[in-house]
Amino acid sequence: METAVLAAMFREFIDARCVVFADESKRPFECDGLSVYKQLPGLVVMPSTTEQVRKVMRLCCRHKVPVVVRGAGTGLSGGALPHPDGVLLSLARLSKIVEIDPDAGLARVQPGVSNLAISEACAPYGLFYAPDPSSQIACSIGGNVAENAGGVHCLKYGLTVHNVVQLTIVTVEGEIITVGCDGLASAGPDLMALMIGSEGMLGVVTEVTVKLLPQPSHCQVILASFDELESAGDAVSAVIAQGIIPAGFEMMDSYAIRAAEDYVGAGYDTDAAALLLCELDGTEEEVRHCAEQVTAVFQRYCARSIRVSQNEAERLLFWKGRKSAFPAVGRISPDYYCMDGTIPRRMLSRVLSEISRLSGEYGLRVANVFHAGDGNLHPLILFDESQPGELQKAEEFGAEILRICVNAGGCITGEHGVGVEKLAQMLDQFSNEELAQLNAIKDALDPDALLNPGKGVPTLKRCQEYRST
Amino acid sequence: MTAIADLLDQVRNAVAAQRPLCIKGGNSKQYLGREQQGEPVDVSGYSGVVDYQPSELVITVRAGTTLSDMQQVLAQENQVLAGEPPEFDGKATVGGTLACNLSGPSRPWHGSIRDQVLGVRIINGKAEHLRFGGQVMKNVAGYDVSRLQAGAMGTLGILTEVTLKVIPKPESTVSVRRTIGANDSLRVMNEICRRPLPVTGACWYAGDMYIRLSGPVSVIGAAAEQLEGRVLPDDDGFWSRLREMELPFFADAKDLRCISLRSTRDHFSEDADWLIDWRGARRWLAAGGNRDSLDKHVRDAGGELSQVRGAEHGADVFPQRSAVYRQMLLRLKQALDPDGVFNPGRLYSWL
Repeated sequence: METAVLAAMFREFIDARCVVFADESKRPFECDGLSVYKQLPGLVVMPSTTEQVRKVMRLCCRHKVPVVVRGAGTGLSGGALPHPDGVLLSLARLSKIVEIDPDAGLARVQPGVSNLAISEACAPYGLFYAPDPSSQIACSIGGNVAENAGGVHCLKYGLTVHNVVQLTIVTVEGEIITVGCDGLASAGPDLMALMIGSEGMLGVVTEVTVKLLPQPSHCQVILASFDELESAGDAVSAVIAQGIIPAGFEMMDSYAIRAAEDYVGAGYDTDAAALLLCELDGTEEEVRHCAEQVTAVFQRYCARSIRVSQNEAERLLFWKGRKSAFPAVGRISPDYYCMDGTIPRRMLSRVLSEISRLSGEYGLRVANVFHAGDGNLHPLILFDESQPGELQKAEEFGAEILRICVNAGGCITGEHGVGVEKLAQMLDQFSNEELAQLNAIKDALDPDALLNPGKGVPTLKRCQEYRST
Repeated sequence: MTAIADLLDQVRNAVAAQRPLCIKGGNSKQYLGREQQGEPVDVSGYSGVVDYQPSELVITVRAGTTLSDMQQVLAQENQVLAGEPPEFDGKATVGGTLACNLSGPSRPWHGSIRDQVLGVRIINGKAEHLRFGGQVMKNVAGYDVSRLQAGAMGTLGILTEVTLKVIPKPESTVSVRRTIGANDSLRVMNEICRRPLPVTGACWYAGDMYIRLSGPVSVIGAAAEQLEGRVLPDDDGFWSRLREMELPFFADAKDLRCISLRSTRDHFSEDADWLIDWRGARRWLAAGGNRDSLDKHVRDAGGELSQVRGAEHGADVFPQRSAVYRQMLLRLKQALDPDGVFNPGRLYSWL
């Protein structure tokens, strides 16, 4: 169908300014956080109510128009890359916090609300929303649901799927369905979990009820540096073996340490091969109890230096280096490519030495930032897009890293999603039968493949192409 | 031990003959859902630990492994499966527990088994043995087929292997008991749960409210002092009897209903016999009047009512669903079990 005709139909029920047709106005929507993939959409539409979303879906379904849903556009796998002949459905204007029930520890919000805005709105009640992806200032809760976003606090507090109790979904046919229950238990198969992390391919999320947790009364970070990556990795396992679940447990390698220190001056030990940030939270007694044990473990694993944050300002300073690691690396390289493989922790030194070997082979530098507690690696491959062939080389290198992760017993994506980026790597992780099963689930809920087509799960045809090359 | 090949054969034959199969583990959950029908597929013989890495906090077991056996293996490393699902005299299997998505009193804080699952292997209705999810804490590749199985009661495939994350066993627990009415207990439980205390249980039963705290001795001791009521160093098995449904409340209830509701929703039908768990989010009701009007009340409050005991023969026991929901579930059933051989009618009469 002609996009101009479709635009006219949308304008019958959506403010004309929110139906974007001109190329220059569509430009901001051409990519998400993975900007190496760009595509202008046929049309951008920005509804502000669930009812408008329903009408958009009904029209698109009737006329078989592809729909790509977009939140804040901070995704890192090209999941919100527009379809050239399709509608880009932006949920940014569905941005109300509908209800906060502090006693039940629940907040009902629209998908366009930013992750951080939820915690900010709940702070006066002494509550917070736990998952905190590094993009939390900008990223939307709807996008978090689509990607099953994580963050630095997953080990203790879980992923998005552990912190959402109910979703309102608009189906591809434009029907409304509620899945989950704010009483925690909902009978029957967990349809809500199926929706979470489905990358906008099974339905459109129009409302999310999230769990709120009491803000811990105390919080402390232990910053330790090590001469060897291996001893740092072993120290992580040893802390967990002690029965301690830190709120956050992060590792950085020497490259990332130096880049971050140059950028924000967090006081990191720039001569170290590895740095650990271990955050402990809970009651005063709990934090003191655990801090003593963690310090003892770090000493046992020959830490070069150990610093325990003495106040909130220092705690935030310790984190500042880690939280700025990506932009810090961005300063020392024209471009970088962020990978997202996960591995069992015990494989850490093996995988990192493999990555370092490949770095030499490809002639591309790598900085490693790692959610050490839950085995989620974020190798940043540094490259220069203006150099012919470098992007392709970086992508090949990235694919190789993901293969190493799968072979080590891990997986190709811990929190960024498959999107368009990792379709080929899905074949490293799944058999053809498994992919056919995933495609059958897609067909069941979206028979005409209108929702985010060409993302997430490779089609059978593409599987054959990939496997034969 | 049962071999996968045997299970696959049985599914293949059932599909060829268009004969329904009834999946069985430890046979401990007949009280849930609708009547089983079809030829039994016994998964209980497919058991044992496949892999356990204590330092990773991850265990993989075959689905027929009993929960008690698994907890015993974990206990040797001072670890435990969080959410404390019932073990039902050592009969409950890991596969069955996931299929029914069970949990115990700590659900509001630790979730159910669905929150611990990292990956599964299943046999689908085409007799294919498939693997979804993984052995790592985070994995967002592909749709979440593992958690989709939680609560499906076997209608979407046979679980054969389950990978779970585990947690360090809490050093100790302490309970605080306070005599209080049901209505007030709801308010007080929710107020306590807003505070940053290591709460892992909040229940009201027979005129008393019980709050449980878990963690290192020094920590829970200090926390217990902040609560009003009598500190019970030894809870006399209260929480385990609650988890295993062994309190007299359950034994006596011929008509047993389970309500899942936002914890802050008002108490109702005050004269009836109640047990309130999960800080108010789960409310058990023994023999309580007209089901339809109760169901409407719960539904209007955004909750779900399930009939656990005392349903009429052949009736649906789980909450009624909208046409859109039913269609979605039927289509998923078709995608995973095209010939409809797995546990027909177990969850709903129409599935």
